[in-house]
Amino acid sequence: MAADPSRPVRPRAPFGRRLCEVAESRPTGGYRIFTLVDEAGPEPAPGQFYMLASAEGWAGEGGRPYLPRAVSHARFARFPGGPVRLDFLVHDVGPGTARLAGMEPGEECWVAGPFGGRFSLPRSLNPDAFGAILVGGGIGIAPMAVLRRELVDRGIPSRTLLGFRDRAHSGGIDELFGCEETRLAFEDGSSGHEGYVTDLLLQLLEGDDAASAAVYACGPPAMVEAVRKICIERGVPVELALESPMACGYGACFGCAVPKAAGGYLRLCIDGPVVRGDAIASAMAGEPAVG
Amino acid sequence: MASGSLATEICGIELAGPVLNGSGTFDALAARRVFGDAVVDEFPFDCYVSKTITMHPRPGNPPYRLWETPSGMINSIGLPGPGLDGFLDRDLAELGMLGVPLIVSVMADQVEDFTVLVERVAARDEVAAIELNVSCPNVHSGLIVGEQPGEAEALVRALRPLTKKPLIVKLTPNVANPDEVAAGAERGGADAVSMINTVKAAAIDPDANRAWLGVGGGGLSGPAVRPIALAQVRAVSAAVDVPVIGMGGITDAESALEFILAGARVVAVGTENFRNPKAGREVTEGLAAALRRRGFDSLAEAQASTLS
Repeated sequence: MAADPSRPVRPRAPFGRRLCEVAESRPTGGYRIFTLVDEAGPEPAPGQFYMLASAEGWAGEGGRPYLPRAVSHARFARFPGGPVRLDFLVHDVGPGTARLAGMEPGEECWVAGPFGGRFSLPRSLNPDAFGAILVGGGIGIAPMAVLRRELVDRGIPSRTLLGFRDRAHSGGIDELFGCEETRLAFEDGSSGHEGYVTDLLLQLLEGDDAASAAVYACGPPAMVEAVRKICIERGVPVELALESPMACGYGACFGCAVPKAAGGYLRLCIDGPVVRGDAIASAMAGEPAVG
Repeated sequence: MASGSLATEICGIELAGPVLNGSGTFDALAARRVFGDAVVDEFPFDCYVSKTITMHPRPGNPPYRLWETPSGMINSIGLPGPGLDGFLDRDLAELGMLGVPLIVSVMADQVEDFTVLVERVAARDEVAAIELNVSCPNVHSGLIVGEQPGEAEALVRALRPLTKKPLIVKLTPNVANPDEVAAGAERGGADAVSMINTVKAAAIDPDANRAWLGVGGGGLSGPAVRPIALAQVRAVSAAVDVPVIGMGGITDAESALEFILAGARVVAVGTENFRNPKAGREVTEGLAAALRRRGFDSLAEAQASTLS
């Protein structure tokens, strides 16, 4: 049976973990963006993530970081016949992200993945969708950048709304979105709209026919939950990429529990990380535990 | 035994090597969904231990369930699972096709439910042995079975006539004298003990001024607990004649060998599976060299050696 291009499948991770070389690492607006050269893995799909741990200085002196960290890719590229180059956007908020952000070119990093499922295409989410509305906050802009790129490649229209606390925490805008049209919100009013990115979403959904919208979001739990509620109240289909404490990434640890709307929990690593807004009881339970 | 051989047995179950997984640390069915048939073709363990099966489906504990610690982690997962019927109807047949012997872990809070679990699980051909998770309170006595030699003995004695298949008791480290509990299990008719389960632990979030985990506390695992596990394996293996399945922070062949030398017949890899999905296989692959470096011709020779 021929693959249905409107319903792309999720790429499958090689079994185990592998060492990948750090090709580049540079600061970007309070965050860090680094590139890993993946010789063995497939091209990942928008929404998928990797489990990362530096080869040196992990579980070293002091014993932390110990567990690998789940990080969504922010961009990927493959030159014909060559390896996949994976970009990651990280914010140093704890021992694991500090170590990842501190990796130098030439170092090696343990990589497992890509894990989890991908974002649906707008027409799969909403048969009447005209295009997509992408809402990203903080380092949560990373999976939005990957999705945006795929939509552009497929000729599907999209609008991108990005929110940041302040200029000091706004890395990746130019790196990942380049000169593509985005609308920005800064809580401190330093640029763009003064306030929350959800204000911009509300404006769009008011101006739009909400019936033709498909919304995608990733960012801080409070932002993602606000997007979820806005969409559910208006009957707009929404997919969210969530974060959670996670030890393994492949269904072994049962740590990444997110409450389902119907009761019980899903395992975010294998049932997500992309979930439909109406499938979960709250996006707040997925707040990251480890930095 | 051939020179350099890792072949061994536990309770009469022949194994190609001595590396199991700790119950609840490797979901073979989820791993197959994620990685594909490579999980079966390159299965990381010589024997697979299922996650703990309960009478009825359980959703598991509310988040948060994990906390990273120095060289380890605390979990309070709460045994989510499909319940006995769901396990027997859906999961067991697929687990039976992994190509290695299968041990099924079960838990209940009363002997009546344990009886049903053991009878129905043991009746299935896919199952080589049953592990009894005794970390739960007995609803009749209010005592945690695994903390009381008398409770452990009585439980195993009641279950022993139900099956000829081996019964393994998973011991908790949260007691002053695990060797006494192990001796109780042995008197009741246990064929082996496995140890250690996680060490009771708490995680405090100082920023929020509260306990982090959803149910307040949890169990510590990973290399942080290895010295505790080694001490307990040593004490228990000296106190009982039944074989010990040793685990607690094993990350590689060297740490696996420490458990063998402490008195374990075979070992299990747990938390390391989270960091490295193929950790079990890497332990097995490194073991022959680790034995050779110590002058052992075979695993059997190391199993038979005693610490000076």
